[in-house]
This record gives sequence, C-alpha cells and structure tokens, in this order.
Amino acid sequence: MAKNRRSTKSKARGTARALMARGVPGVGRSPGKRSEQVERYKQLAQEVGPKRPLARNVLAAFVVGGAICALGQGVLNYLLARGLPKEEGIGLASAALVVIAALLTGIGVYDVVGEFGGMGSAIPITGFANSIVSPALEFKREGYVLGVGARLFTVAGPVIVWGLVVSILVGAVRLLLGAP
Amino acid sequence: MTAQTAMTYVRAFLVGGAICVVAQLILDLTRINPAHVMVLFVCLGALISGLGLYAPLVEIGGAGATVPLTGFGHALFQGVAKNVATEGPVGLLTGGLRATALGLSVAVVSGAIVAIIFNPKG
Repeated sequence: MAKNRRSTKSKARGTARALMARGVPGVGRSPGKRSEQVERYKQLAQEVGPKRPLARNVLAAFVVGGAICALGQGVLNYLLARGLPKEEGIGLASAALVVIAALLTGIGVYDVVGEFGGMGSAIPITGFANSIVSPALEFKREGYVLGVGARLFTVAGPVIVWGLVVSILVGAVRLLLGAP
Repeated sequence: MTAQTAMTYVRAFLVGGAICVVAQLILDLTRINPAHVMVLFVCLGALISGLGLYAPLVEIGGAGATVPLTGFGHALFQGVAKNVATEGPVGLLTGGLRATALGLSVAVVSGAIVAIIFNPKG
C-alpha cells in the first residue's frame, strides 16, 4: 500500500517535471506558492469565462430586487391595515416572503428568478430562503440528518454566525461608549 | 388604493432595488462570491443600524429596507439594543436571536418541510 502510494507520487512528480520542462506555467512550483497558482487560475477563469454586461446585471438586480420588496410592502400594508403593530407586521411580512420563496424553490421556479435577477434575488430575504432550501434539496440523498439537516445551513449558517457576531460587537461598543 | 398607499410601493421598490444594485456592483466589480455578499450585507445592516442610520431608511423605504438582508442585520442589532436597555449587558447575547426568532424559525422549518416534500430536479 505504502509502496503503491509512493510510486503514484513519484509518477505525479515526474509529470509535473515534464510539464515544467516544456515550460507550462504554474506547474511544479513549491507548495508555498499555491496562492499564486490560485490567483493565476482566477485570472484565467475570468479571462476565459463569459463576460456578463454590468449594466444589464445592475438593471436586472434593481428590477427584481425592487419587485420582491414591493411584494413585501404589499403583505406589510395588508397586515398593517388589519391592525397589526408595525414591528410585528414587518416580521410577519418577511416570514411570508420566506415561505413563498421556499415553495418556489421547491418547484424550481426561484432558480429561474435567481438566474435573471442576480443579487436582486439573492439579497432580499427570499434569497436567504432559497439559499436554505436549495442545498437541502440537492443533498437530500445524503439523508435527513447530514443531508437536509446540515445543508440547510450552507449559506444561512455563515449569515447567522457573522450577523450575530457583528451585531453583538456593535452593541458592545455602543455599551462601552455609553451610547443611549 | 390611496395615493399614499401607492407611494409605499414605489418607495419600497426604489429603496429595495437600490440596495440590490449596490450588492450587484460589489459582486461584479470584485472577486467575492454571492454568499460573501450576503454575509457582508447582514453585517453592514447591523453596523449601519448601530450608527443609528438604518431606522430612517426603514421610515422611507418600508419593506424596501426590511426585506433585504441588511434589514436582517438591522433586526439583529435592534434586538440587541432593546434587550441591553431592558436586561443590561446580558441583552447583548439574548437580543439578536430573540428579535429574529420568527424569521429564522420560519426559514428553517419551511426549508426542512420543502426539502422533505420536493425532490431535486434532474
């Protein structure tokens, strides 16, 4: 086993050396320069990848993001008209959008919206719901614990972690400064 | 619909759209990915809220300010501030999650239910 591994390794090194001899850039460098290689890969990916026009992306984000927020305003107006206090109305309106987006992700519609709207569909709370459902659904075959249960938090996890940390830090700084 | 109600929709559209435009510009002009932008916006929301500048934006934009993830950050910080006022320093640790409990619970539970009911495409 160990012998086998060593032979594979030396073979790989041999290939790298051969490529280096042929002057292929980015091959055979020491591991310490790995970040350099990653940078080079990113640069190449950006050069080769399709260029999406900025103006189109920005317009799509504005229209889709604005429309989702206007929908949220519709729910909020309805709740306020029914006599709910503003703070509760805001929370419930967002919750309603989350449920709608989760269902739309389930039937595969939200991904279409996402492809068109870019950040306009990712930044509203509906995008947060989408980021929860999408990986959970995709990794369903890995089971309900490590598939659905864990992958629900692929993006929601980082969002909650850093949101909490920053809000606590900001609160602590304000407390230390004696802000009202 | 009264003109006043109609204006709430317009303002929500403009404010919410503008926040998404900023996110799109950050995504397209830098090398960070969408998940990074989402995290960044929640943190920015909490920060701007801490500076006292997000509440005025909510007054103007309504759902246009509360629906984007910056609004989630704002809700987190508002919860912290509220509980610090009532409970003291312990409120730093209880406020954020308490204020956002509804949204988080709905997101997690509806996410789990949808993932159970539906199957991935392809």
